[in-house]
Amino acid sequence: MVDTRLTILLIDENPVRSAILDDGLREAGYTNIVRLDTTHELLRRVFSVDPDVIIIDLANPSRDVLEQMFQVSRTVKRPVAVFVDQSDTAMIEAAVDAGVSAYIVDGLKKERIKPILDMTVSRFNAFDRLSRELEQARSELAERKIIERAKGILMKSRGISEEEAFVLLRKTAMNEKKKLAEIAQSVVTAAQLLG
Amino acid sequence: MAIDHRDEATDDGRIAALVQPLAPRPGREVVTAGFVALVDCAPLIVARDKGFAERQGLELTLVRETSWANIRDRIFLGHFDAAQMLAPMTIAATLGLGLPAAPVLAPLVLDLNGNAITVTTAVKDAMRRTGDAGDLDRPGAAGAALKRIVAARREAGEMPLTFGMTYPFSSHNYELRYWLASAGIDPDRDVRLTVVPPPMMAATMSAGHVDGYCVGAPWPTVAVAAGIGHVVATSVALKPGSMEKVLGVRKAWADRHPERLDALIRAVTAACAWCDDPANRPELAAMLARPGILDVSADLILAALSGRILTDPGAAPVPVANYLRFSGRNRPSVAGARWYAAEMVRWGQTANLDAALAAAGITFRGDLYDRALGLAGPASADRAVTLFDGVTFDANDPAAYLARLANDA
Repeated sequence: MVDTRLTILLIDENPVRSAILDDGLREAGYTNIVRLDTTHELLRRVFSVDPDVIIIDLANPSRDVLEQMFQVSRTVKRPVAVFVDQSDTAMIEAAVDAGVSAYIVDGLKKERIKPILDMTVSRFNAFDRLSRELEQARSELAERKIIERAKGILMKSRGISEEEAFVLLRKTAMNEKKKLAEIAQSVVTAAQLLG
Repeated sequence: MAIDHRDEATDDGRIAALVQPLAPRPGREVVTAGFVALVDCAPLIVARDKGFAERQGLELTLVRETSWANIRDRIFLGHFDAAQMLAPMTIAATLGLGLPAAPVLAPLVLDLNGNAITVTTAVKDAMRRTGDAGDLDRPGAAGAALKRIVAARREAGEMPLTFGMTYPFSSHNYELRYWLASAGIDPDRDVRLTVVPPPMMAATMSAGHVDGYCVGAPWPTVAVAAGIGHVVATSVALKPGSMEKVLGVRKAWADRHPERLDALIRAVTAACAWCDDPANRPELAAMLARPGILDVSADLILAALSGRILTDPGAAPVPVANYLRFSGRNRPSVAGARWYAAEMVRWGQTANLDAALAAAGITFRGDLYDRALGLAGPASADRAVTLFDGVTFDANDPAAYLARLANDA
């Protein structure tokens, strides 16, 4: 059972990932969510939001800033790293693996934070997977384009068919132990150099 | 006709060829270590890239982290076997200050000193205008000038000055606090101290959020090179020979793999010696300047390595002897660690001096350094250090040191 009254502060310099997480938490019934995509004036903003839970991405160098703030400030409730609770190493490990760190107001029960952290971890992981797939798709598309251009150049300059051009590229790639796209790139570069 | 462009046979061969050299060779043990973008990550980078780790039968995998909290957490979770760590951070980890205890050992010192305090041009100009403050190149005179500025601002009802440092349990926090307190400035009441990640110090100053900061090389001079900052004190002037970063290792890992620990200590010690050889400095500066390491100009790094410190924009660099040293004092010093323990008590991070001193003793392990290098251990330990203002810290009697400073205040 999720505790929808909790105020959750998301600090993530990646606005897309932050939005995806925001959506997930709202679907799960949490309504008090505030997103920060910059750490400018962090203390003032944490103070005004007064969160029960703070989620911050591990790549954010402001984690050290946040921790010191909690140590010295009397103006914010005392959030502590989820670590301090030490209750569930597997949960912490999953979070760190996904690139997430969480702070909770001291005394907040583990059962109340767990669904939030689980959601964050799964969304961070999904985002990471999507980013990798997108990157792969991009590079595959770029490779395909360069191969098309190389084939066109070979077809024109040698007067051969599309299939023959492709076979030639592939054979050269295998002989030179290079990727097809690399051979294609060198064909395109050579054509540009030779005008 | 449609042609299948997938050419998996050659791709697979290519991928296999790429992956192969990255896989650990038989007989080489993998050690994973974390580091932060500072010049004193150099011994780890050099141990990996100049073959010192390999010669000891280690495959050293290095991971850059953006915050000390990440280093601490990943050591705690066992993601890292070892890491570049702030010397006092290891004591705090052993004590469990603010966090669950994460038993860490410090069997090797990576470097001595290397920090400096930088202030804005507005603060430096105001310090010059205070007139009778004397030679501002001396930390005591610079502190006295700052004290007048702090007092004048309070009288005028202006905001207190804000200083950046890197981490609550850092040499930077304690060196900055010592300098301020020595001048009669209360670091908790008269000024504001705030944590700023090292690579962001100069940008934070440029944005007007801090009036000064204390940080390790190369970041003190980045603001000077940008024309907005002035170095007013180096850590070697404040407290000569101070242990800065250490090689921190998880105790559980060190206990389970004594041979790997010994090999790692030997590899990094050799790397420290390599780093200190003046002939290697240009190569080292270029290595550290790379985007995945520090991503700053090799010239600034070379200047820090060579002890030619830019103190004022447009002025010639000032030679500072022993500004940053990697070699010669790599054996962990319990006496040096006890100073950090005393500072933790002085600034209220812990009330229990005995526990802090005990933590310093069980964390700083000169015996492990001796074991790895086959040394007999030092004949006599250096027990006392005199700071820039003449106060002596005697490691045999930290309570007397704390009492004296409390009386001065």
